[in-house]
Formats: sequence, C-alpha cells, structure tokens
Amino acid sequence: MGIRVAGVTKAFAGAAALHDIDLAVRPGELLALLGPSGSGKTTLLRIIAGLVEADRGQVFFGGLDATTLPVQKRQVGFVFQHYALFKHMSVADNIAYGLRVRTRASRPSRAEIRRRTSELLDLVQLSGYESRFPSQLSGGQRQRVALARALAVEPRVLLLDEPFGALDAKVRKDLRAWLRDIHERTGKTTVFVTHDQDEALELADRVAVLNQGRLEQVGSPDDVQDHPATPFVMTFLGQAARFPADIRDGRVLVRGKPVPVAASRSQGSPFQLYCRPWHLKPTAPGQGHQTGTISGVRRLGSMRRIEVLRADGAKLEVEVPLATSLRQGEEIGLEIVDGVLFPES
Amino acid sequence: MPGFGITLGYTLLYLGLLVLLPLGALIAKASGIGLSGIIAVAVEPRVAAALWTSFSISLVAAAVASLFGLLVAWALTRYDFPGRRIVDAIVDLPFALPTAVAGIALAALYAPNGWVGSFLEPLGLKVAYTPLGIFVALVFIGLPFAVRTVQPLIADIERELEEASALLGASRWRTVWSILLPPLLPGVLTGFALAFARAVGEYGSVIFIAGNLPYVSEIAPLLIVIKLSEYDYTGATVIATIMLAISFTALLVINLLQAWSRKRFGYV
Repeated sequence: MGIRVAGVTKAFAGAAALHDIDLAVRPGELLALLGPSGSGKTTLLRIIAGLVEADRGQVFFGGLDATTLPVQKRQVGFVFQHYALFKHMSVADNIAYGLRVRTRASRPSRAEIRRRTSELLDLVQLSGYESRFPSQLSGGQRQRVALARALAVEPRVLLLDEPFGALDAKVRKDLRAWLRDIHERTGKTTVFVTHDQDEALELADRVAVLNQGRLEQVGSPDDVQDHPATPFVMTFLGQAARFPADIRDGRVLVRGKPVPVAASRSQGSPFQLYCRPWHLKPTAPGQGHQTGTISGVRRLGSMRRIEVLRADGAKLEVEVPLATSLRQGEEIGLEIVDGVLFPES
Repeated sequence: MPGFGITLGYTLLYLGLLVLLPLGALIAKASGIGLSGIIAVAVEPRVAAALWTSFSISLVAAAVASLFGLLVAWALTRYDFPGRRIVDAIVDLPFALPTAVAGIALAALYAPNGWVGSFLEPLGLKVAYTPLGIFVALVFIGLPFAVRTVQPLIADIERELEEASALLGASRWRTVWSILLPPLLPGVLTGFALAFARAVGEYGSVIFIAGNLPYVSEIAPLLIVIKLSEYDYTGATVIATIMLAISFTALLVINLLQAWSRKRFGYV
C-alpha cells in the first residue's frame, strides 16, 4: 500500500515546521527521509503516523484518506529511536500487545497469538528470548523486538524514526543489512527517518531530502548523488568545494578558464560550481584552475585524500590514487574535471 | 569496599540504640505478664474495639490516600497550570503542620456548625466526633506520603510509551491500565505502607476530631495514654506491643507485595 502526503503544512513555535509537503511513497518501497536535525523529517513521519496533526494537507494510505483517522485506527507500525518497549512486559508480551488490545470480536485466539509471536521472534532472530524483559537485552536486540511488535498488528505501512540512532557503529551496520532483508521478505511500504547520508543511500530505494521544512529533492540514491537538485542536496550528501563560475558562449568558465561541465544556458553570471573531491585532478603548479600547497595527505579506504591550502586560506579536498607521489608541502595546480553548476542564490 | 565497615557499624549502632532498644524494653515490660496475659488484654472489649478502630480505619484511609495521591501526583507532574508550584508546596503542609493544629482545624470545619459540617448535617452525614472523622484526619495525614512516592515514577514515564500503545491500537483506558499503572505499582505500595504506618501511629490530629467514644471512636494510641494516666503501665505496654506486632506484620506483607510486584514487572 502506498502513502501519499498532499500539501502538508505544520507550524510550530520554535520547533521544526513543514511547508506544503507533497510526497508519494510507492507500494512496497523503502524510502528514506533524510535531513539535518530541525529539518522537519521526524515531524513529517509523526504526521503520517497520526501522532501529530497537520495544520493543512492530507495523508492517504492507498486510496484511503487517513487525515482524520485517529492514531489507534491508522494501523501503522511505528518504531521509535529509543525503542519505547514496555519495560514491565516480557519480550513475548510486548510483541503480543497489539493483538491482545483488540476488541473481542477481532482478537485472535490465544493459540493464534502465541503462534504469531513465535513466528515474529523467528523473523527478528530472537527465538528463545520470549520470557526476557527489555532490561535484559542489548540495544540492537531491543530494536528488533520493537520492530517485531510493530509488525505483529499487520500494519498498512511501517514507519521508523531514526531506528539505528541510539546504537553503536558496528550494530548499526549489521541492523541495516538485516532491515533491508526484512523489508524484502515482508514487502511492507516503509519510511525511515535518518540524518545519516550513508545510511539513507545504502538502504533506501529512494531518498527524500528535507531542509528547513521543505522537500529539496526526491530520487533514487544515484539521482540525488549524481544530479542534486539544489546546492543544499549537493553539500549535505558529501564534501563539496565551491567555485564562482560564469557562462560565456555556452561554456562554463572558472577564473576565465573553461571547465568540462555542460552549461545550462548560453550566457550569464554569477554561478557557483560545486565539486566533489573526485571532481578535482592534481596537475603541475600554475596549470589548471586552482593552485595551492599540499597541507595534508590521508588515507581513505582504497583512495588517498590530499588537502590543498589555497593562498587565500581556503582548503580543498582532492581524491587521488593510493600510490600517489604527492607529498605534504608540495605546490600543485588543480584541474576541475567535473562538477555541478547552480545559479548563485 | 571502602567505607563499608564504618557505614554498617553506624547503621547497626543507630538501629540498636534508637530503634531496637526502646522496642526491646517495651516487649520486655509487656512480656512480664506472659502470653496468656497479653491475649487477655487483647480480647478485653474496649481494647479490641480500639485496635479494630485504629487498624481498620487506617487501612481504608491509607488506601483512599493512595488513590487520591496518585491523582494529585499525576496532575502535578503531567500538566502545567498556573499555580502548579504552589499546589505542589501545599501537598507537603500536612507534614509540617503540628498534628494537633490539623486536628482542631478539621474538627472545627466538620463540626455540625462548621463550614463543611453545616452542609453535611442536613444530608445526615456526621463527620466530626464519629469514626468518619478519624478517617478524614488520617487521609489528610497520609496524602503527602502517597503523592511524594509516586511523583518521581510518573515523571519517569516516557511519552513514547503512550504513543507506542496508541499506535498498536490500544484505547486510552487500556493504555492507562496496561502501560501507565503497572510501573507505578511499587511506588503506590510504598506510599500506601508509609501512609498506613503513619495513620496507625497518628494521635494528635485524630483525638480532636474523633470524639473518643469508647467502643465507637476511640483509637488504640489514645487508650494507651488513658492507661498511662491511670498508672497501668503494664496495660499500656501490652497494647503497644500488640500494635507493634500487627503493624510489623502489615508492613512485612506490604514489603513482600512490593518485592513481588517488582519482580512481576521486570525490575531487576
């Protein structure tokens, strides 16, 4: 079942607000709401869940207008950053809670509840933990119980609010792969909120980037990385250097020298050219579009990052092969080989 | 463990000198007349009536104070309203007020011609100078215990737990019953135990409003004072010993209940 958010606006005194958000989540999709803190991503998720009421706009689950549906009737599975497990209930009771609170007419039999609970424990790889209490579990285990509890009520959609935010790096990585796996097995339409670009890009089918209550771009991980719609998306998704640029006769110029970037129009200025570390290439001093002194060489996975200090004090990061002969203190030139052009705002 | 010896030593010394020594002297004095003598005093109609009055009303008053205390603590913790801090301070007044002052004030209020009593009188409700008056005084005295023991627990409840419950389809009542109340139970029991213990031993506020009619509204502590004024020291210590035994048993049961509830609800 897909989710559609139409014209959602929410104003808060002091907190993250939302301005006229339109977003469609496709059935079965895993979508990441990505943004810095205060961008309104959690507010949007809570509006979809019914925990927060929007000032304006509508929320649809498939064809159903859920805007005025109370939380209890929305049938969404929700996972909190800090688990929100019921501490006085065992793992099994936590998972079964959503089934037990149903009215007698729609409540499954005891045997059926037990069967479903053990099935879900299996799914989250916690069989044998049914009688433990949350205080006896690790953070990663607690989050898995929280997910099983959310799935127990067979929700229309699954919403996760920074699900890995409270976990350490190693557990985070494991749980990402595991969540992807669960998503493939259950096929539930899932929206998760995160401020971690790597997490969003690695996990999601599509990424919705939010900034200051506005949707900047929605697209596949490749889309948002290769064709960022706004300077914000460009800088939020990774390191980017910025150079003033002009367009003359259909060519993009930085400091009067042409760069191999397609011009969006034939004339004009001013523009800003945003370059990733791999969009810059070292050349001989005096050559290229920039000059500077190497102030640091670091290893980054299978590449090396050199830090170039420009005469005006600005630092540029450049990605070079591992076996580089460049040394700290050397003077070099930098050639811009690619980049993304935005009109200056 | 650094400091273990000195802290344990101090604890034992304190308990021994200030708690166990007087209680031991009390029991020693009372046991002078033997177990059969103690039982004979206990079944004396006036003594039995006073003990029953004291313990039964204390029990009910502690229960009512716990319930009201829970509501007061909830309102004070969960809602922000003008004057909240003042109300919060007022809760402690029964702690600070000399109990005799409280007793006189309550008696004046609930007397047939008092501010509250004059409204209750036409309804056929007599509070002052009846067992009902004792009940009112004991609820008044017990309320702060009930409030102060659950307040920190209510403050600890995460909002997300309520949201999680609602998201799973639970009604508001179901959430209150299954999610909010169970973690409060140990605190409510502690408040109940404290209010009960205080109520059993309460003297000052009760004697002014109770009317002190033998067999009807006479409490056991008053009977002890009466025995003392008649120079019947043995009789006084025997009643005191019986009270001690009943109180100790009651507190032990409450403690066990508490231990059970902690275990039942997963507090390790």
